[in-house]
Amino acid sequence: MIQNNPIGRFIAHIILIIGIMIVAFPIYYTFVASTQSLQEIMRPPLSLLPGNHFWENYSAALFGGVGRIGGVGVDRLLFNTIVMALAIAVGKIAISILSAYAIVFFRFPGRMIFFWLIFITLMLPVEVRILPTYKVMVDLGLIDTYTGLTLPLMASATATLLFRQFFMTIPGELVEAARVDGAGPWRFFKDILLPLSKTNIAALFVILFIYGWTQYLWPLLMTNRNDMTTIVIGLRKMISFADADTEWHLVMVTCILAIVPPILVVMLMQRWFVRGLVETEK
Amino acid sequence: MANVELTNVRKVYGNSVEAVKGVNIAIEDGALCVLVGPSGCGKSTLLRMIAGLESITDGTVKIENAVVNNLGPAERDIAMVFQNYALYPHMKVYDNMAYGLRNRGMPKDQIDKRVREAAQTLELTHLLERRPKELSGGQRQRVAMGRAIVRNPKVFLFDEPLSNLDAKLRGQMRVEIKNLQRQLGVTSVYVTHDQLEAMTLADTLVVMNSGSVEQIGAPLDIYEKPASTFVASFIGAPPMNLVHVTADNTGLILKDGTHIGAEGLTVPTTGAVIGFRPEDLEVAAGHEKHIGGLQLDLKVLGVEPVGAESYVYGVVGGERVVVRVAGRSPSQTGDHLRVIIPKEKLHLFGADGKRIPPA
Repeated sequence: MIQNNPIGRFIAHIILIIGIMIVAFPIYYTFVASTQSLQEIMRPPLSLLPGNHFWENYSAALFGGVGRIGGVGVDRLLFNTIVMALAIAVGKIAISILSAYAIVFFRFPGRMIFFWLIFITLMLPVEVRILPTYKVMVDLGLIDTYTGLTLPLMASATATLLFRQFFMTIPGELVEAARVDGAGPWRFFKDILLPLSKTNIAALFVILFIYGWTQYLWPLLMTNRNDMTTIVIGLRKMISFADADTEWHLVMVTCILAIVPPILVVMLMQRWFVRGLVETEK
Repeated sequence: MANVELTNVRKVYGNSVEAVKGVNIAIEDGALCVLVGPSGCGKSTLLRMIAGLESITDGTVKIENAVVNNLGPAERDIAMVFQNYALYPHMKVYDNMAYGLRNRGMPKDQIDKRVREAAQTLELTHLLERRPKELSGGQRQRVAMGRAIVRNPKVFLFDEPLSNLDAKLRGQMRVEIKNLQRQLGVTSVYVTHDQLEAMTLADTLVVMNSGSVEQIGAPLDIYEKPASTFVASFIGAPPMNLVHVTADNTGLILKDGTHIGAEGLTVPTTGAVIGFRPEDLEVAAGHEKHIGGLQLDLKVLGVEPVGAESYVYGVVGGERVVVRVAGRSPSQTGDHLRVIIPKEKLHLFGADGKRIPPA
């Protein structure tokens, strides 16, 4: 469906540009606001060009040590969020790839029962099981810990099913060749399955990192101390009810800072996506 | 290097389907044994049981006189070449060949030596740094062979290794496999459904049908003395002609009721099947009486010239037969030919399909 018709290309480009503008404009607007002083923001209309308070605002947010969020700096919040997003992404991938491996390549009693047990958890998102999960976490004393923040979000039926589907496309002969070559279950996993799943893992990592990064409800419940909370919750706490008390310019800076890491992850992993699409092995 | 012995080997699947029904085969040290049969005859299952990839329901498999029934594939000291090659797609050719050796904890310098030797034998040296997807079908096939020979196993197992190659390459690889096997002298079991491959490769040919062995023997012995109508129709291209007959005191009666002279053949009263190879027919010039031969009237349905020879397709007594004629055939569709089969070229099978040895 690639056309070389110049008019068609022109229209396609226009549509794409409009689409990008719709998506990108709010982000740009946030960036503009983050370079203005509070007075400029509070006096509409807001300029569409960046102001000249860039360094001032950003250094205030990053190094000012302003006790805006109960004495905790943005760096601490960013660190917490990175830990949480990484732990969720890595944990989910590790657990789901292992469970998919067990379900696809081993014949054990109750295999299908386990598969369906994993499958039906798809119908139970975090919000549905949030009260019992919270109770368990409280009983285990995991409030205000990284474990409490990440552990309940790690089990993932979606990722397990994804790996299962991928593993089922691996030809049986490959498994048998490995058996003849003397590769036990662990060796087969490490030497053959894992390298073949590289691109799937990369894709999942990006999706799950962003999933972890944007968690709101669960960190809100699990954290009471300000130094254990995430940047998304921090942002919410920065906005007070009275409009005049809110330091909007710093809120905007924090917004931009909260957006940067996921963007970096996507951009760095994009190479892997492309490689995964271009070289279809097997 | 070792002999392989199968005794009463059976395979019954969970749903009580009997895939292999008590097979006995003895393969001598260094021999190439070909299992041939139509798809679903259990030949691949049998091979996989020798490999240890499939459990053995009953009977014993011995390699070098030791029962291996309960050993895993890696412990049996076998190497297998798969139909789709089953190369590890993410590994270079070198690593594909070295993987099995590494898993056995062989020292690096020794692995390197073996892989390079095998690569040289198979002319793969310049491809060692490539990945499987950068290779052609024939090259992949060679890598799969290389992966088997570096291991220096007791037994090679081939599971239809040439079926994914085009006809020309298949012929070429067939010769190479045969030479390599002779050169290395490793006992081999080779599964194929292609009778030509089976005939040319085998020291011992095993013809299988629906889970049982129909006949075991040297390829030409099987060709000359097929034990049953199944073997007769499976080995040889075009296959042996089979004509059903019954007998009365005047002679033989064909399926459509035509009477022909018995020419000294003793046919059981239950009926029989007469078999003759397409190349064993002679087209009679006139109406002269051929001594000691069966004379049949053939109605030509079509002629297929293939160059050096022609196949004349026709009907005898309501049953289809093929005649192979050297060079070109002057016959045309609708012609009636008088064909003669010399008595010594006739094969006689009972109504049960089993061969009746000439009296």
